[in-house]
Amino acid sequence: MGKKNWLILLGTALFICLFPVLVTRIKAVSNYVDVMVFAGIFTLVCIGLSLLMGYAGQISLAQAAFFGIGAYTSGILTTKFGLNPWLAMPVGMILCGLVAWIIGVPALRLRGHYLAMATLGFGVIVNIVLAEEVNWTGGPSGMTDIPTLRIAGYKITSDVAWYYLVWGIVFCALIFCLHIIHSRVGRAIRAIHEEEKAAECMGVPTARYKVRVFILGAVLAAIAGSLYAHYVTCINPGSFNLMWSIRFMLMVMVGGMQSLWGALVGTVLMTFIGNEWLRMFAEFEILVYGSILLAVALFLPGGMVSLASFSALRRRKKPSALEDAGS
Amino acid sequence: MTMAVSQSDGPILRIEGLQMRFGGVAALQGVDYEVPAGIIQAVIGPNGAGKTTLFNCISGMVKPSTGAISLDGRRIEGLAPHRIAGFGVSRTFQHVALFEKMTVLENVMLGRHPRTRRGFLAAGFRLPGMRSEEKRIRQKALEFLDFVSLAALAEADAGTLPLGKQKILEIARALATEPRLILLDEPAGGLNMRETEELGDLIQEIKKLGVTVLLVEHDMNLIMDISDRILVLDFGKVLASGTPARIKENRAVIEAYLGVEIQC
Repeated sequence: MGKKNWLILLGTALFICLFPVLVTRIKAVSNYVDVMVFAGIFTLVCIGLSLLMGYAGQISLAQAAFFGIGAYTSGILTTKFGLNPWLAMPVGMILCGLVAWIIGVPALRLRGHYLAMATLGFGVIVNIVLAEEVNWTGGPSGMTDIPTLRIAGYKITSDVAWYYLVWGIVFCALIFCLHIIHSRVGRAIRAIHEEEKAAECMGVPTARYKVRVFILGAVLAAIAGSLYAHYVTCINPGSFNLMWSIRFMLMVMVGGMQSLWGALVGTVLMTFIGNEWLRMFAEFEILVYGSILLAVALFLPGGMVSLASFSALRRRKKPSALEDAGS
Repeated sequence: MTMAVSQSDGPILRIEGLQMRFGGVAALQGVDYEVPAGIIQAVIGPNGAGKTTLFNCISGMVKPSTGAISLDGRRIEGLAPHRIAGFGVSRTFQHVALFEKMTVLENVMLGRHPRTRRGFLAAGFRLPGMRSEEKRIRQKALEFLDFVSLAALAEADAGTLPLGKQKILEIARALATEPRLILLDEPAGGLNMRETEELGDLIQEIKKLGVTVLLVEHDMNLIMDISDRILVLDFGKVLASGTPARIKENRAVIEAYLGVEIQC
């Protein structure tokens, strides 16, 4: 996947490793570890969404619903059936993958933004089910006493332990997705976004690939949902509604849709803004989000990563086609 | 460089009773034609004669209303484009359809898609064989770039190339699928005289690889120079067909089309 990406990966990993060490020493910001756990969980969702939006060119408004299915599957299976959380997680992943396949096949066979419409409806339905199936989901007040995760018999309880667990998984997912992007199928996905008919004529089964990317995003959201349920130990439908799907989209857009790193940067930034820095705005939060989205769309269409000008560096190294045109 | 050669002695492409209607408009009204393997077959005709529709039917981008299209004896009409590509039909587009933000090399690497297999899981987990397949894709793509003399621009973004080079790059991308039949839709459109000459040489090189070339073009000099056979369409029907020499003398063709074109 190229030297550049490995270097960024290494640098980011180093920062992520050192972050709790630095932050926990300063009292005023010691809760930032907790914020970063949430940021990591959301990053998992946004990596998948970034692949779908930025690379495959499709919009999903159901990421929060998949996130919710993952969370509730873990919640229900562990509290009501006493299943090991590490077994509940793959059940949620399979369930989300199946659901995504069922929605994706009809919606993605058609060109255009049918997926956005289908997922919008699906997200609302999931939220209604979560709020109404009181016997299973606890209804609007949600579920409590979801057990935390254990590794080799040890309960993971401290924020710092959760931090390293979540970010470890985030990095695995990142490497997985970077590998995909820099492969035969990744090229095919980018090609679909740029020139669908040409990709199709070069042998790319465009509909099938879009469905697969959608499924991948749903599975990642399921992992995130499961982690979320076990981390906060109590969940309610409010964390998985349409507003959250829009927030996930916003995170991806603020960071920069054309890069997985954008998803990471945008998610961390927006999580801090949402959880920490904008608390005072309370119900005006939505206005602030709207303004941020507008500002990004108008002034920074490439998102935060475009500031880092990696692409500018890359371009300088490339031979200019126009100069060589005469040769 | 070697290419898959046609497997049977029959025509590589057989078109029977092909009709294509868009609402009330009949773009093709019953075309019957056979293309022998290994030749350069030109398709000419006035605007609206159905040339591009014919290409779209063969490559699967539209589904013909009625009729049959066989590639080496295998019926392909109505199949999805990616499946037809898998059977060995590749094409370029009248209006260049490159992946502009991808590099020149990546564009050609994409052309290797039907000749390679590894999917999402193999890619994500970097399963054994992934790296070597990627290396082979890159190497093959470079060979094709070399074949069309674009290797020096491999790392440039495709969108930054001048039109002439973009047209050539589209041909390289189509060749990378190792087709038995390649459809070139107005490859000389927008090219200057020298570029057109080079294009003519390139098309003849492609024929030497054993690839059958189907060529829609308005540049009559190019057509007469390089094609082995010419099919003339007019109003969605076959008006005439034969060698360039015979087409030049065909009265119906001259009246319908050629006389006007050659003068200008």
